[in-house]
Amino acid sequence: MKMFDYSRADSPEAAVAAGGRFIAGGTNLLDLMKLQIETPEKLVDISRLDLARIEERDDGGLTIGALVPNSDLAADARVIRGYPVLSRALLAGASGQLRNKATTGGNLLQRTRCYYFYDTAMPCNKRVPGSGCAAQGGFNRILAVLGTSAACIATHPSDMAVAMRALDATIVTLQPDGDRRRIPIGDFYRLPGDTPQIETVLAPGELITHVELPPPPRGRQLYRKVRDRASYAFALVSVAGIVSVEEGKIASAALAFGGLGPMPWRDARVEAALLGQAPSTAVFETAADALLAEAKGQGSNDFKIPLTRRVLIACLRDLTGNPA
Amino acid sequence: MHFTVNGQAREAEPDIRASLLDLLREHLALTGTKKGCDHGQCGACTVLVNGRRINSCLTLAVMHQDDDILTIEGLGSAENLHPLQAAFVKHDGFQCGYCTPGQICSAVGMLDEVAKGWPSHVSASLTEIEFSDEEISERMSGNLCRCSAYPNIVDAIRDVSEASA
Repeated sequence: MKMFDYSRADSPEAAVAAGGRFIAGGTNLLDLMKLQIETPEKLVDISRLDLARIEERDDGGLTIGALVPNSDLAADARVIRGYPVLSRALLAGASGQLRNKATTGGNLLQRTRCYYFYDTAMPCNKRVPGSGCAAQGGFNRILAVLGTSAACIATHPSDMAVAMRALDATIVTLQPDGDRRRIPIGDFYRLPGDTPQIETVLAPGELITHVELPPPPRGRQLYRKVRDRASYAFALVSVAGIVSVEEGKIASAALAFGGLGPMPWRDARVEAALLGQAPSTAVFETAADALLAEAKGQGSNDFKIPLTRRVLIACLRDLTGNPA
Repeated sequence: MHFTVNGQAREAEPDIRASLLDLLREHLALTGTKKGCDHGQCGACTVLVNGRRINSCLTLAVMHQDDDILTIEGLGSAENLHPLQAAFVKHDGFQCGYCTPGQICSAVGMLDEVAKGWPSHVSASLTEIEFSDEEISERMSGNLCRCSAYPNIVDAIRDVSEASA
């Protein structure tokens, strides 16, 4: 690990003024620092800031402090009651030990687990911009089929963020100049394009302080994760679904996907294909067509396209009470 | 920096880059906690910090000022085994033994999480936990055993959970 300066911040304002890389749970950052994939010169420890609470807002939503551990968020009675898709997504990710340490803000900022990002002997445009992408033409079973670019086919690894995308979460930040910003999660992540090293709209030194959830949505919620082993593995495909049916028609639908793209994926065309329709397999197939129309396999991840179709249709059946 | 390890106040000045695992093993000579993968994948380094199980390899020692750390050495001794240690012996829950300290510290933390009513990925209900072998396997999935003593590890943990229920 490369040497760095370390300081502990005693307020969010002091943290952003310190002008370094933030560390809280550290479960992803230290992993990457050991491999010298991340080499921050200055670490600012934010783990003791007063940002580890979950609070109800007057509008019925929740404000989650950026330092709330994944375990605590998953087990929170208000989350279980109003946002079970979020509890389920969190519990599907990582291990008990990691969930105890990993934080809400850090989970949003996880880096990809693309094998070539991790292998410093190989080209990777995300790790060394301009060096190339060894994943294309390489082992890409776990990598993306949507939102990719010629420079990068990495996936975003989070389960939590997929649920938050379906829940229309808002990310609240503190900027180095002291101003606050509220970023809808749909605007938070960036497509790789030709700059895959830039993954979010956060400015250098901008600190996530909270994540806001709107009031609990109507309808059924589920999180389904398909992976290569039964536990403690990243998603090949995951679905966070929230669907309500009223008077025999789909009245609302929010569907987000993990394992498919460089960000927690959501496509308004999928939901448009469902809204106002009587639930049926034919309607669900239309929604899957909308999701996958532009999907592009890379060889060893081609299977994700038919797999996603089947998983989405199965989820929609469960969410709408098993129509014909 | 100071902190408490197994009930004793300790002081150390580790390298700023040292993990909590390295602090325990290299500075305090508490070598019961094992270094396996050093990347949070195997769980051999599991310890309890302020009562919660974590991977000690993926946290900086300097971030643990004033924390209360419990390692395998603090759970029991050869003369006075912790119930989980005794159950692992009884059920032959290991072969080479390298993962065992992590398995046992993890199980201590895991049983406490169950007692708090925390659900898991395999819980049918998020509010009513029915403890089962499937729950043990899921909740212990962060601890790998290359000898694959898993069935006996599950037996040992079930034994202790039933005794304390």
